[in-house]
Amino acid sequence: MTELVRPIPEITPELRPFFEGSRRGELVVQKCGNCGDLRFPPHRMCSKCLSRESSWTPVSGEGEVYSFIIMHRVYHPAFANQVPYAVAIIKLKEGAKMLSNVIGIDPHAIKCGMPVRVSFERLNDEVTLPMFRPVGS
Amino acid sequence: MSLRGKAAIAGLGITRMGKNYSHPNAIGFATEAIELALADAGLSRSDLDGVLVNPGMTWGADVMASYTVQQVMGLKDIRLTATTNLGGASAAALVMHAAMAIDAGMAKTVACVFADAPLKPPKPDAKGAGGGAAYGFARGLNAAYGLFGANSGYAMVARRHMHVYGTTSDQLGAIAVAQRKWANLNPIAEFYKEPLTIEDYHSSRWVAEPLHLYDCCLVSNGAVCVIVTSAQRARDLRKPPVYILGMGQGHPGDDPVDTLASGAPMAKETAFRMAGIELRDVNVVEFYDCYTITVLITLEDYGFCAKGEGGPFVSDGRTGPGGVLPVNTGGGQLSAYYMWGMTPLSEGVIQVRGEGGARQVPKHDICLVSGNGGILWTHSTLVLGASA
Repeated sequence: MTELVRPIPEITPELRPFFEGSRRGELVVQKCGNCGDLRFPPHRMCSKCLSRESSWTPVSGEGEVYSFIIMHRVYHPAFANQVPYAVAIIKLKEGAKMLSNVIGIDPHAIKCGMPVRVSFERLNDEVTLPMFRPVGS
Repeated sequence: MSLRGKAAIAGLGITRMGKNYSHPNAIGFATEAIELALADAGLSRSDLDGVLVNPGMTWGADVMASYTVQQVMGLKDIRLTATTNLGGASAAALVMHAAMAIDAGMAKTVACVFADAPLKPPKPDAKGAGGGAAYGFARGLNAAYGLFGANSGYAMVARRHMHVYGTTSDQLGAIAVAQRKWANLNPIAEFYKEPLTIEDYHSSRWVAEPLHLYDCCLVSNGAVCVIVTSAQRARDLRKPPVYILGMGQGHPGDDPVDTLASGAPMAKETAFRMAGIELRDVNVVEFYDCYTITVLITLEDYGFCAKGEGGPFVSDGRTGPGGVLPVNTGGGQLSAYYMWGMTPLSEGVIQVRGEGGARQVPKHDICLVSGNGGILWTHSTLVLGASA
């Protein structure tokens, strides 16, 4: 399996369940233990009901491109042969939004509202990142 | 009791802007701007009894910036000090703080300062998980997805505005071109001598598509200081008083990528009620302009046009020199200098005084000034007037 070259994110205690989920092929987000609101990235406290209780829950991995930008400049050597690439806010079917990449498509063909599905991209033994591909690609 | 017209800006100090290395750090620029503002007002250091500072990006761990300024300048017996940060909305917030304190009898002469010296920047840490990770600022993850730089948030807003309302690059470019025309009339603007056409705009590099280079503000070394005092006292000083007629803030707490809106409607409501004005009373507009999209959204949010119609509204050049609605008459942060909220405020003071030279607008009784921080997170409004 080919490994994608990226800056390796630190597996912080807050993000560990997210990375573990991705490694086993499951997209998980944080769920408020009180009101059930879904959120990502994780927070210690629910901004809707202020509960400190939370768990991680799997989501379908389906969503849409909510907004996106195209990066042309190489800010990190890992992206030297990847520009231009798209960084997107994905609105998951279940409601939460997350930052990711839309891959498998010319970035200039991406549209807001485009349906996408998660695709797990391996960086190394420990880190697999959920990215998104257009539905049907 | 309304604070309408109770306080006034009596002094303005602006250092040379841009690649100015005459001070080793922001503190040095701050002291220079304060001295310039005092001289402009005809006041001396011993007249100051208040120091309010909005530190820029390069003050580092100096969490007591206003006291640092007091110490460095040997200011004695200060009665009001504060270091304030609501990003680009801070400058107007400092003026509000000063006006309220003066009315309350807590201080008489207050220096409000912004200073920064980012042109010798620290090296960015691409990995940088950062201390904010526990509360959602997962920078390490951002870097893994290739998200770098300060421009991405506004680029996301711009893209979504284009999707929802049909806003175009031509329309954003029209804002950049209009402001450059103003800058070409402003000798202290960094782009004073460099014209910009819509073709130049389109051929400029992408910073974060859909934002071109000329959608984005400058980065400047320098400082701006305004001296706030009571209206009564300001009338006895060197320069025509710039009366503070209305003040307000608005920080909605929503995600601007969802709302495509700022806190301007809230801040405007408070400030216009205090000033007793309507939108049609405004002669000249100085809006916070970290990006072209910020100007477009702010025009919508104050009601100059309906939500979503900012693009068509700006496309005919009406905000440029000779247009019916003069906006960012010094060139703004896009084309003059990037001093956060002090950029629109300083130009507002210049226009209300009638000191704008080649760029002076003919009617300048009422000036609307906005401040905006983060990604449309914080917003402040000042209504400035030539008479109380």
